[in-house]
Amino acid sequence: MTDITNDISSRVQAAYQANSPLNIIAAGTKSFLGHVSPDAITLDVRGHSGIIEYDPAELVLVARAGTPLREIEDLLGNNQQMLGFEPPFVDNGATLGGAIAAGLAGPARAYSGGVRDFILGAGFINGKGESITTGGKVMKNVAGFDLFRPMAGSMGTLGVLLKIAIRTIPRPEAELSLIQEESDETSALEKINHWRSKTQAISGATWDGQMIRIRLSGSAAGVQHGHAQIGGEILTNENYWHDLNNLKLEFFKQSGRLWRISVAAMSGPVSDNSPQLIDWGGAQRWLKSDEAPEAIRSRAAHLGGHATCFSDDQSVSTFQPLEGNLLTLNKRFKAALDPAGILNPGRLHPEL
Amino acid sequence: MSRPKSSSDPLIEQLRSILPDSCIVSDPVSMKPYECDGLSGYRQMPRVVVLPESVEQVQAVMKVCQETGTPIVPRGAGTSLSGGAMPHKNGVVLSVARLNRILHIDAQNRTATLQPGVRNLQISDAVQHLGLYYAPDPSSQIACTIGGNVAENAGGVHCLKYGLTVHNILQVKMVGIDGELVSFGSTALDTPGYDLLALMMGSEGMLGLVVEVVVRLLNRPRVARVLMAAFDDIEKAGNAVAGVIAAGIIPAGFEMMDQAAIQAAEDFVNAGYPTSAAAILLCELDGTEEEVNTQIGKVDALLASAGATEISLADDENERVRFWSGRKNAFPAMGRISPDYYCMDGTIPRKELGNVLTRISRLSEKYGLRVANVFHAGDGNLHPLILYDANQPGEFDKAEEFGGEILDLCVAVGGTITGEHGVGVEKIDRMCVQFDRASLAQFQAVRDAFDPEGLLNPDKAVPTLARCAEFNAMHVHHGELPHPELERF
Repeated sequence: MTDITNDISSRVQAAYQANSPLNIIAAGTKSFLGHVSPDAITLDVRGHSGIIEYDPAELVLVARAGTPLREIEDLLGNNQQMLGFEPPFVDNGATLGGAIAAGLAGPARAYSGGVRDFILGAGFINGKGESITTGGKVMKNVAGFDLFRPMAGSMGTLGVLLKIAIRTIPRPEAELSLIQEESDETSALEKINHWRSKTQAISGATWDGQMIRIRLSGSAAGVQHGHAQIGGEILTNENYWHDLNNLKLEFFKQSGRLWRISVAAMSGPVSDNSPQLIDWGGAQRWLKSDEAPEAIRSRAAHLGGHATCFSDDQSVSTFQPLEGNLLTLNKRFKAALDPAGILNPGRLHPEL
Repeated sequence: MSRPKSSSDPLIEQLRSILPDSCIVSDPVSMKPYECDGLSGYRQMPRVVVLPESVEQVQAVMKVCQETGTPIVPRGAGTSLSGGAMPHKNGVVLSVARLNRILHIDAQNRTATLQPGVRNLQISDAVQHLGLYYAPDPSSQIACTIGGNVAENAGGVHCLKYGLTVHNILQVKMVGIDGELVSFGSTALDTPGYDLLALMMGSEGMLGLVVEVVVRLLNRPRVARVLMAAFDDIEKAGNAVAGVIAAGIIPAGFEMMDQAAIQAAEDFVNAGYPTSAAAILLCELDGTEEEVNTQIGKVDALLASAGATEISLADDENERVRFWSGRKNAFPAMGRISPDYYCMDGTIPRKELGNVLTRISRLSEKYGLRVANVFHAGDGNLHPLILYDANQPGEFDKAEEFGGEILDLCVAVGGTITGEHGVGVEKIDRMCVQFDRASLAQFQAVRDAFDPEGLLNPDKAVPTLARCAEFNAMHVHHGELPHPELERF
């Protein structure tokens, strides 16, 4: 439980003066995402750790960025609460700051929101070494630009996170998973979509080519109602959703690059023959494929989505390239926070 | 509409070359309705009002304004309570009133694509036959537009469970000050690059003009029922709210009214409120029949153990609507007991409810102005209504000063100066209390990144450091800024 704000800000200030890039790291559980600039100097923020404030009745937790998620989840669990965005790699030592910067969310993303939806405020060091605060620790707050939300998924390129206020959620009273056979992609997606209009309890929905798996969470009565609407066998593998979230299912062990395709749930197919695991009721599709990245990306873009390469492969850009006016505004936004471009340059996009 | 006479203002002449005459309002009488928004204490006649009918026209107007260095004030329905749509004296008011079409409804993906002038309630009405609705429900929802909702990150009664505007928008297309069209977000749940969609929410028209919005629609809950609980002490009511949420129940809506508000609402609409109570809570639960019934049992027990003197459950839909009618009409009800009222909008941690309400009543005595409290208790969003008479010299200034002290108090207990109404012109000085210099300069740099000349809604939402220096100089007590002990979050 230490506060090394001054140390971090003086290191960033020095890097700003020297125009020398930094590679911000904590536990390194997402080091496969994005490419690190070869001349960057490592800034390890794990020392900036500790839960600052937590009152279960407020549903708010404030912690330093280097705090291990395990510590946070244990404390929340003791109070029958949890993190609504279900971050991955908790068992490997992932930290809160890393979870926010990577912006990865678990199976409930399509139903209860992503990382950006649960952040209430953040303090960070910008690219000039200045300490900035945005948002707060209350549920509703429209004072100032919400700079804390774009931190989610920014891969550390906008600021060095210091502390984050998170909205926590009550642990569901009941949880139940169901499994049903279905070998046709369109029918599987249509079934899941139909069930969604029958019950609010769905908190996870996958299809792996043969089986639909559904997780129901909520009040005991709500889960029971959902079960009655959907039917099917009860899924006995208790680790399924955890293994899915941590990329540990058998599917992920197959050969080929791992691609994550993000599209609207009811979009058409993104793959003809590569092994596929559909998550988020259709909105997140995992592919194992050595097909040319451009082909995968253009199909995703055609469906209004994008593709991220989850394999640590220097020959492939991790994130879908930005173009035109959108790229211009992304660059200008980055420059407003990090004018010298020293924070994780190139980790998210070569131009940022 | 008769053809307007030629104007001596070259800007208006230039606008006439890109817009039909019917899209330009420039005579003082017709411009009068635009001189203020819902914060009617602040008024300013604009130079000209334009009502474009297409995205191309919006782009053309933006280009003219950039070339001529003319300020632009975007306007939805003008329901802002913070002066966000108050005109600039040298500027154009760009109204989205005629961009009011629902472009597409995708029942399968549960989305609707809208022009910015579509009214909030119109969305839910248009998809009701599909069993869907749009969740954020600001109290101005009959009139307010989705474009305005995006600009203010509007909330409402149901955002405790279903989120704010930011949680319910998938995509926004906007025209920048350079006239270029750009799209943030998509129908997928994330997009490459920065989440500029989130940045747009609550940006008060300073980053660009929203011309298209894709909203997320939800399935209507099967059942919604409301409980009303009365308390003889406002602090007990505040603790009851915290108790229900701590027990793991997130109601669809959880509202509180104090005695002054109960009395006024009851006199106005006969909602059936116990007028002798110090406070009442309205707690709405939704979901399936069985789910709601179980939760009602639990909430009933929690409220009783928190000291409720009376708890009643609306028997049917008519009674549910009646219970809500008092809350929904609380603001107009104030209009009957006071010539004017000034609505505040701070948010505080829930545990501070009792403390802050007690201190507000002390301030009420200090200023000699009555105050009624109606608010979103579930998320700690206060709406103290300061009652005053604008015809009494000095009363408005006194009300403003009282309001300012309430906002400072919200910041002091760890909250914020605005939960859902926005900063606008109204609270711009209070930004200097909530944020330090570096953070304000950072906001300014972000604004410059989108609009280097500062033409989009100038002099609102983000104060300059010079302005803060002036404000702080006036409010320094014993050489210190307000609440120097605070670690600004």
